[in-house]
Amino acid sequence: MEAAQALADLTEISSQLVGAVLADADGSVVASTLPDDERAAAVARAAVELLAAAEEERREGPELIQVQAALPDGSVFVVRDDRHFVVAVTGPNPTVGLVFYDLKTCLRLVGEEPAQKPARRRRKKEEQEEESADGEA
Amino acid sequence: MGKRRVATTLLVALGSVGGAVLWRLRSGKSRDHVDLYFADGSMVSLAEGSPEANRLLGIARRILAQAR
Repeated sequence: MEAAQALADLTEISSQLVGAVLADADGSVVASTLPDDERAAAVARAAVELLAAAEEERREGPELIQVQAALPDGSVFVVRDDRHFVVAVTGPNPTVGLVFYDLKTCLRLVGEEPAQKPARRRRKKEEQEEESADGEA
Repeated sequence: MGKRRVATTLLVALGSVGGAVLWRLRSGKSRDHVDLYFADGSMVSLAEGSPEANRLLGIARRILAQAR
C-alpha cells in the first residue's frame, strides 16, 4: 500500500491521533499528516534521536521495537520495523494498546507488496490452435 | 453523651471522605514516564526523575511541540 494512503487510513481509524509521520529508518520523511514539511522533518529527526537514546538503555539483548512517552499534554508513540518507523502524537491518557495496534497495522500495510494484477487471459488465437490440435488428435 | 457520639461519628466520616478524596487525587495524577518495548515482549518503564527518563522525556516534549 502507498505510504500516504496507509497514514491517511491510520488517522481516519484512530481518532486519538493528533498527528503522525512515517519515515525511513534514517529519518527521511515518507509521509506525514502534519501541514508543514519542515515540522514533519523535525519530528522525524527527533524520533530518530528518541529511538537512539532509548536503545542506549539496553545495548545488549532484544531489539527495541516501540516506545511510548507519556506527558501531561499528551503522549508520543514510536513504532518501527526493519525499514520504517511511524511516530505519532496523541492527547493525554490515550488507549495505549489500541494506538500501538493501529501504528503496527500502518507499518505492516506500508511493507506489503501492492496487489498483483490478475494473470492475463490467453490470446484467443492460442486457444483456437489448441482446440484444433485436440480435434485432430 | 448522644451529642458527643454524633460529633465523633461526623468527624470520622469527614476524615474518611477527605482521605479518600486526597488519595484519589494523588493516584489519579499519572507521572511522566517512558515505556520501552522490546522484540522479546519485555518492557522497561522509566519514571520521571531518573536521568535516562528526563533525557527521553525532553525529546518527547520537543516532538509534542512540533507535532501540534
